Amino acid sequence: MLTSAHWRKTLEAVSIPIAALIFSLFLFGLFCAAAGANPFAVYGAIYKAAFGSWFAFQNTLIRAAPLMLTSLCTALPARLGLVIIGNEGALVMGGIAAIAAGLSVAGSAPALVVQIVMAIAGILAGGVWIGIVGALRHYRAVNETISSLLMNYIAIAILNHLVGGPMRDPTSLNKPSSFPIPDADKLGNIPFTRVHYGLLYGIVVCIIAYYLIQRTTFGFAARTAGGNVKAARIAGLPVGKLTIAICFLAGSAAGLAGMVEVAAVHGRANESLNANYGYAGILVAFIARHNPIAASVVAILLGGILASGSILQRQLGLPDATVYVFQGLVFLVVLYSESLYGRFAIFKEPEAPSLPPPSATLAV
Amino acid sequence: MNPAVEISQTKELDLPPELEVVNMTKQFGQLIALDQVSLTLKPGTFHALLGENGAGKSTLVKCVMGFYQPTSGEVRFNQQVQTIASPRDAQRHGIGMVYQHFTSVPAMTVAENLVLCRYESAALIDWKAEYEVLNAFMETAPFKLPLSAIVAQLAAGEKQKLEILKQLYLKSKILILDEPTSVLTPGEADEVLGLIRQEVVAGHLSVLLISHKFREVTAFVDEITVLRKGKFAGSGSVKDLTIADMAEMMMGEKRDPQKVEKTVHPDPTPVLQIQEIHANKDNGLEAISGVNLTVNSGEIVGIAGISGNGQRELVEVLAGQRIATAGQVLVNGEVYRASRREMFKHRVFVLPEEPLKNACVPQMSVAENLALRTFDRSPQAKGWMLLFKPIREAAQRLIKIFKIKTPSPETPVSNLSGGNVQRTVLARELSSDHINLLIAANPCFGLDFAAVDYIHSEILETRNRGVAVLLVSEDLDELLKLSDRILVISEGKFAYESPIATADFAAIGRSMAGH
Repeated sequence: MLTSAHWRKTLEAVSIPIAALIFSLFLFGLFCAAAGANPFAVYGAIYKAAFGSWFAFQNTLIRAAPLMLTSLCTALPARLGLVIIGNEGALVMGGIAAIAAGLSVAGSAPALVVQIVMAIAGILAGGVWIGIVGALRHYRAVNETISSLLMNYIAIAILNHLVGGPMRDPTSLNKPSSFPIPDADKLGNIPFTRVHYGLLYGIVVCIIAYYLIQRTTFGFAARTAGGNVKAARIAGLPVGKLTIAICFLAGSAAGLAGMVEVAAVHGRANESLNANYGYAGILVAFIARHNPIAASVVAILLGGILASGSILQRQLGLPDATVYVFQGLVFLVVLYSESLYGRFAIFKEPEAPSLPPPSATLAV
Repeated sequence: MNPAVEISQTKELDLPPELEVVNMTKQFGQLIALDQVSLTLKPGTFHALLGENGAGKSTLVKCVMGFYQPTSGEVRFNQQVQTIASPRDAQRHGIGMVYQHFTSVPAMTVAENLVLCRYESAALIDWKAEYEVLNAFMETAPFKLPLSAIVAQLAAGEKQKLEILKQLYLKSKILILDEPTSVLTPGEADEVLGLIRQEVVAGHLSVLLISHKFREVTAFVDEITVLRKGKFAGSGSVKDLTIADMAEMMMGEKRDPQKVEKTVHPDPTPVLQIQEIHANKDNGLEAISGVNLTVNSGEIVGIAGISGNGQRELVEVLAGQRIATAGQVLVNGEVYRASRREMFKHRVFVLPEEPLKNACVPQMSVAENLALRTFDRSPQAKGWMLLFKPIREAAQRLIKIFKIKTPSPETPVSNLSGGNVQRTVLARELSSDHINLLIAANPCFGLDFAAVDYIHSEILETRNRGVAVLLVSEDLDELLKLSDRILVISEGKFAYESPIATADFAAIGRSMAGH
């Protein structure tokens, strides 16, 4: 039933992030003007590069796929009241595990089996990686934001160590990499497009995550514990197990993103794996207010902005890092906009006419 | 001007002013928290303000300190009427307050905290000059603390001393102490109060002590004023009063338990057994030190006590919100750790105090909050999937039966009024027709008369069905009315136990006050 309270709340949840995005576009325009470029030319270039043509839009979708998955690494724990930003690390660990598993079965199994094995390896590795963060949080009260952030650096160091040493393909000279998986085993493209199946993974996983949180007993328990730990304890819910389980699931989504990057884009593990999809995923989760369905839409939007980096460089002479300035501005403005919820009368339910207190009829 | 000289001069020169509170009334909406109360704090005396929870003690001192403006009545210093508009005004008149909880900055030193507490600090601090002043001040202070010590590293007793030193440093002549010993061990409490007593005897200070503890009152205090339910209930000199007199002033006349319908159960079986439970407060000090208790089927066991004596922690242990440091809880003879499976198996339900904080998820809907105990089993769930229709139907049924006033089952429970939040929790915990053990803590706190009656009849009805009920309450009338057996908890231990028929009212009062 759609009551007035509901549509007002939904409208608020949609309007505020959109207003935040528009305001950050404005700020970015000021920045570009200061850098000597015409802001409107910049907006036009971003739009053209992101959504201007079918070719450009496919580029956007290719970038959106890992973003959808990594955003869940922040969005799921947020429902339990945890702020986890270890997306990049989980993605990297998932990528390493996927390539290792893929290489060990490639050639002796059909392509589909190789892909499934890679996906499972990525999911497990990413899940365990963030699961550790959850366990540290529950058993030792270690701050999950800091530990997950620091574990990113560990993951990246492990990646560099492995592709530069034990897993190195001797033919990879100027960019140390692992051995590649055979082209036949790579994740293919969706028919009639250049977009790989990773996009489908992203959309499906986002939908599953939404159902998991909103429609299952597990999600109910997690939302209860996230909303009020004391109430969860009084209902006997296992808060510690929930923490570790939701962290595992969060990490496994980012790990799957690592698998997609390896299996569909690079074909091997190397430093390209750590291409900031993890960090951008945090941004996606916050703009989407930790709603997995909204995250899949926001990921496409942000994927488009990321895709426009090289155009800004080529056409307007701005450094390609300019898009990261935009990304940073969006993040700041969106975080600020969190403080605006409940501030606007238009989104508030009108006061119900007051009825006589029911206690008068309650005496037994 | 040299502040150090000034401090020593004022100390030698004059006694603290006489503080009079005359016919003070404070109303919050419909509620009269303080009704025509008068009190005189003579210069150089140690005066205690006694009363049960909610008697109006805090309201009175908050009016004196300028946190609240009284509805009527006045404050006089040496017969001069003064208006105290803010705590800063109170400080100007030489009144300082020490709160139950520490207000120092843990990461800073004693010296920094002392300088910080001045209202008018210069933008630049000349530490050399400040240290000279502080050293001179410490020379004359009743207790010494190392100025360069970090506050976080001080023991609780020393932190409390720092709070008092701050007031002396601010040259307060009248000290209001709000249960200053609740965070201290008895040894620390005696030391701090003893040293303050010396200052009072020397004529440097007047003290108004808010306390529940007769032990401290008889050892350190000259005069008392007692409040009961917002009204003046008596005053006098401690040396003329017995503890029984003071207890009677606090509790009022002996009240006969209100008669209620109770059915007798032929063969009671032990349902809840608490064995040697120990548990800590949030700050790590021990709150419960080894309590034993059995609650039988068809019996209401009441636990009386002044808040802060361990009853909250005991309820939290039983509700699964706090881990006991030692001992065990048995339900139906089996070890009980408050897991969801055990709660369901043994049918344990809890009505905690402050339901919005303890038993509800504020941003989740009324329907979801009502489903908190049942969402994961049939008919509200099928395997892993939540079934929204049965959840909604169950909510609509409970909203109707328990008359919860809510715009819809989907409204977040935090949008409801306090009484309706309480009803929501009551509906969830009492609607099950096979309760085995009910743990209730101050279930009627803040509710109107009709709602209280309703909750009492629900609890009694539950008991008459054979449910074992543990009722923890700060309202003695409620306990006397409902309980079959009454215990008093004081400083983490049971200090009194009696069947309700033979309960001695005066002895309950004395045990509650820790004597």
